[in-house]
Amino acid sequence: MINVEAVYWFIGALFIAWASLIARDTGHRHRIGSSLFWGILGLCFFYGTWVQAGKAPAWILGVAVLVLVGLASSGQLSDGKAKSSTPAERVAYAARFGNKLFIPALLLPVVTVALVLAAPVLVIGGTPILDPKNTTLVALTIGAIVAAAAAVVILKPRNKLAPLLESRRILESIGWAALLPQMLSTLGILFTKAGVGTAVGTLTASILPKGSLLAAVAVYCVGMFLFTVLMGNGFAAFPIMTAAIGWPVLIQQFHGNPAIVFAIGMLAGFCGTLCTPMAANFNLVPAALLEMKNRYGVITAQIGTALPLLVVNIGLMYFLAF
Amino acid sequence: MLVLIGVLLVIIGFAVRLNPLIVVTVAGIVTALLGGMNPLQILEAFGSGFASSRSVTVFAAVLPVIGIIEYFGLQEQAKNLISKLARLTAGRVLLAYLAIRQITAAVGLTSIGGHAQAVRPLVYPMAEGAAMRRYGNVPEQLKERIKGHSAAADNVGVFFGEDVFVAVGSILLITTFVDTTYHLQLEPLELALWAIPTAIAAFLIHGFRLLRLDRKLDREYARITGESATVHAGSAA
Repeated sequence: MINVEAVYWFIGALFIAWASLIARDTGHRHRIGSSLFWGILGLCFFYGTWVQAGKAPAWILGVAVLVLVGLASSGQLSDGKAKSSTPAERVAYAARFGNKLFIPALLLPVVTVALVLAAPVLVIGGTPILDPKNTTLVALTIGAIVAAAAAVVILKPRNKLAPLLESRRILESIGWAALLPQMLSTLGILFTKAGVGTAVGTLTASILPKGSLLAAVAVYCVGMFLFTVLMGNGFAAFPIMTAAIGWPVLIQQFHGNPAIVFAIGMLAGFCGTLCTPMAANFNLVPAALLEMKNRYGVITAQIGTALPLLVVNIGLMYFLAF
Repeated sequence: MLVLIGVLLVIIGFAVRLNPLIVVTVAGIVTALLGGMNPLQILEAFGSGFASSRSVTVFAAVLPVIGIIEYFGLQEQAKNLISKLARLTAGRVLLAYLAIRQITAAVGLTSIGGHAQAVRPLVYPMAEGAAMRRYGNVPEQLKERIKGHSAAADNVGVFFGEDVFVAVGSILLITTFVDTTYHLQLEPLELALWAIPTAIAAFLIHGFRLLRLDRKLDREYARITGESATVHAGSAA
């Protein structure tokens, strides 16, 4: 079986390979700091396997993570601006290869989706070939490898390691933002352990006026929204807001339809995900990937949709569930 | 209530634009200390948090293929393709992507789009290509706005599409939590069904905004350059 840990090892190996490319780049402004950052990050992906299995002490990984944060925030990590093709060369290549360039780009989702759909029948001797709990991750990684190989075959770069060299450029433009989603998910765990959720739940329940259905619906939805903004995803908000208001007030007191209340409540939380830097993998990493000047530019574009949609959710829940 | 100081730290840190890594780390340590954890437990929390969240960094695996096709001019080719289509504007390109992203997510194909594998190499260049046709040289401010909306179309599409599909994480989380805590028996299909009204509303609201985006870009272009937008058909060559 191709386990999800194999995916993490592949990613870890990529980080180490990128680190060694940076280490050999003598023109890099922060050659040592940057190669250390990506190298340690790569090792963490391997070591994490044993931490996840409970077979190695987690605190060592904790120290490594803090070292990464230290390197990134003390200015030791920077973009080496690796050389790539010039704009003029790209125009010439585009004219030469034309729509063939789309083949690898489309192969990636096609292989991924095909593997996801075929996963239930890809079984050898009773064991599934792809990790059934993480089919999408495994399929996506295989799709990425197939697509990169196809790109080398079709485009015939002089250096067969071109996918590695060129992805280093993208990685360095993302920079520290690459680590942020994982740090935020750790913060979410710490928040939950320390009881932040319960505190926010008590706070919102305390401002709830008695007897008004519309107010209760609004507080539940706005609570889901705000809570998601703070925690970065609706998954952490849902159990707490539901325990504070959703179940005792909306279902038990006002006899709402549970399926409608909970489905729309979660979607009110999703409106919050659109508005928060805490959801780094949706809002900050894309801004880095697109090399935007304004780190919060994606959020700015989304707020105008998220707020009206939150109001719509309140209305939908009020009219459909009761 | 004291633990909420950590939340406050995050808000202030993000608001004054400190490096988010430092903000998140400090807020995490402060919250953990207030919650009564000792230094070793805090280090363990950072370690196990990292180990269990490695899946969010899977975008790294698609960078090699994106890197090589970008080197050979994928973005340029995407721009070429779009700038030949006269009726396409940045807003309409993104509207089409929003529709594709939402529909495919609704049938469970969330891995078709994404920021690293679709938005950067294809969607944004296509939207920019459409803008190039209209404005010739696209000013930096307009590019920035188009970039923001390219990523936004992906997010809105996938968030409000995937919940219509039964086997998605958020729906399973609802049923698991509610069924075990309150002894209900909710069907995932029922939850997915009731996600449809919001999905339609999301498409209408965001779609409407994307259609208006073109006029917004026109106005911004006029303000920056002092001239009004004309179709630059020459850029298609």
